[in-house]
Amino acid sequence: MIKAGSKTLLEVKNLRAAVQVDGAGSVEILKGVDLTIRAGEVHAIMGINGSGKSTFSKVLAGHPDYTVTGGTAMFEGKDLFTLAPEERARAGLFLAFQYPVEITGVSNSALLRLAYNTLQNERGLEELDPLEFDDLLQEKIKVVEMDPRFLGRSVNEGFSGGEKKRNEILQMAVLEPKLAILDETDSGLDIDALRIVANGVNQLLTPDNAVVMVTHYQRLLNYIVPDYVHVMSAGRIVKTGGKELALELEERGYDWLKAA
Amino acid sequence: MSTAIQNLVNQPYKHGFVTDIESEAVPKGLSEDVIRLISAKKNEPEWLLEFRLSAYRHWLTMEEPTWANVSYPKIDFQDIIYFSQPKPKKQLASMDEVDPELRRTFEKLGVPLHEQKLMTGVAVDVIFDSVSVTTTYKAKLAEIGIIFCSFSEAVHQYPELVKQYLGSVVPSGDNFYAALNSAVFTDGSFCFIPKGTKCPMDLSTYFRINTEGSGQFERTLIVAEEGASVSYLEGCTAPQFDTNQLHAAVVELVALDNADIKYSTVQNWYAGDENGKGGIFNFVTKRGLCKGVNSKISWTQVETGSAITWKYPSCVLLGDNSIGEFYSVALTNHMQQADTGTKMIHIGKNTRSRIISKGISAGRSSNSYRGEVKIGSRATGARNYSQCDSMLIGDRCEASTFPTIDVQNTSAQVEHEASTSKIGEDQMFFFAQRGIGSEEAVSMIINGFCKDVFVHLPMEFAVEATKLLGLKLEGSVG
Repeated sequence: MIKAGSKTLLEVKNLRAAVQVDGAGSVEILKGVDLTIRAGEVHAIMGINGSGKSTFSKVLAGHPDYTVTGGTAMFEGKDLFTLAPEERARAGLFLAFQYPVEITGVSNSALLRLAYNTLQNERGLEELDPLEFDDLLQEKIKVVEMDPRFLGRSVNEGFSGGEKKRNEILQMAVLEPKLAILDETDSGLDIDALRIVANGVNQLLTPDNAVVMVTHYQRLLNYIVPDYVHVMSAGRIVKTGGKELALELEERGYDWLKAA
Repeated sequence: MSTAIQNLVNQPYKHGFVTDIESEAVPKGLSEDVIRLISAKKNEPEWLLEFRLSAYRHWLTMEEPTWANVSYPKIDFQDIIYFSQPKPKKQLASMDEVDPELRRTFEKLGVPLHEQKLMTGVAVDVIFDSVSVTTTYKAKLAEIGIIFCSFSEAVHQYPELVKQYLGSVVPSGDNFYAALNSAVFTDGSFCFIPKGTKCPMDLSTYFRINTEGSGQFERTLIVAEEGASVSYLEGCTAPQFDTNQLHAAVVELVALDNADIKYSTVQNWYAGDENGKGGIFNFVTKRGLCKGVNSKISWTQVETGSAITWKYPSCVLLGDNSIGEFYSVALTNHMQQADTGTKMIHIGKNTRSRIISKGISAGRSSNSYRGEVKIGSRATGARNYSQCDSMLIGDRCEASTFPTIDVQNTSAQVEHEASTSKIGEDQMFFFAQRGIGSEEAVSMIINGFCKDVFVHLPMEFAVEATKLLGLKLEGSVG
């Protein structure tokens, strides 16, 4: 929800970023992105394939494949680009992955506990032992309606597409980030899984945090209602509107915005 | 691959110090005279000298094997000191009399030797440059009939047992390095668990090569009689030298009816520097004979050191219903080369074997799994399951798998699975995005990868192995 006087979490100005492409050298994907996100807000970034949506998410999180070639990104007043990826995460920036990775032999609960305790250390708080942490997890898995047996399984190994995405939201629930970027979290989800994932995200929204959804489809936005919808095209945000913009895109497609 | 992975691998060797104790060495080189000298110095009986000499004569007719997927300059066997021992001062009655310098070395290694071992219930037979310095816990074990002592001592005190079993699993002419070992072995451990006895504690040996340019030729013999069981731990570390050192050990295990032997190794010999200078050449023959019905031999190894590892702990499943197991983690980094695996020879009926091999390669190293599963014509109902997984860190290393399956009985079931994976940037980025630094991430990924093997290590070894892998890979990911 938009509230007057709420704190700015992220301020991106004129962000440019490039990626190395075999045979083509350095190719600029982001060509001057501006975006401001305040606490309590829900944003959606839409656009066709290749418009730079996912690149934008990865650049903010610090993926090593991308080089920032211009512009700034301030996260709660800190220059994001001076921080290592793990420092950005510890500062409260969370990315739910489009393609969650599988980690053989590492249980979900072990990964979550290590991540959680790393944050506790960062905040000067006590680490939780496995038993205490399990109590916390038992509460958190309710957010994504997950079977507790998934906690003992290797991270994402043998999970269905929907289970992987739920697992990402579980990680978000445990880490309680200030800003969560959901990179195409809705892709590959059937309608029940979509509802569960969206429900989970809605439960985690507070006046002090914010969510950015990167998506192709209006569908997700029926469940998680955005305050702002941005359209990305050719590496820039070319239009910003309210939730009705998503409906308009659904009807008219993206072509009419390309020239903008 | 990012610099963090690279940095993780570039951790200097922690155990590289030389203990300054006077060593009494036999002159360099190998001949019948040298063998006679070794035998005389050790005051050995005639039959053992004959065993050595016949092995030596056999060795002279043999060729160094070249089939392994490793390359190294030709070894000059005349340029090796075949025997060296700390100069004996007097018979040692207790640990307090052990050279303080030596004790400091063990402290640096973190070997919890005496009181600490008493507390944890592990008896340690410490091998220091070929001579057993002390054996703890011996008396206590002796009360229940278990013999655990240095090989030399066994030769003098239990000659009949040694004579009966020495060379019964690995014949003196078995292979080039086994023959060399049989000719010149200096010391090692002997362990005998009598009928019906369960060894109440893990038996542990720490090997360490100390003198520069001296080969280490250990001989280990473990016999478990009918219904006996024992868990044996072997840990190895060596100081660093610029020259390569040769290590050619032989380990023989014999399990009679219903006996059970579990042999665990954590090997961290000096691996050479990041350019491949120095390091141990580890050419080891380890074999267990499941001689009796329902017997079981289980090898668990974590190989992280040595410039070259050539090692195939194997099981000969002679007794009906006997079981052989091989659980292995082999990690290579920098210029290390490992060619390791196992042989499971099924002879008896309903024999079963299980092979779980995890190879991790980083830097410019080469890591090969080589295995043979042989089901003989009498081995009705034999079963084998093999799983060989390789993990690559960075893009300059190499992983190979050379499995051989030879089935001569149609009722046998043999399964082989293999996989290759890579610690990718995507995995590392995922961990980073969850706030986890690269070293912890690599350690978590590797330990997850090795979990199926680590669960078979005794608790304290599992902890050590976990730490060791993290240490060896420090600086290699990022």
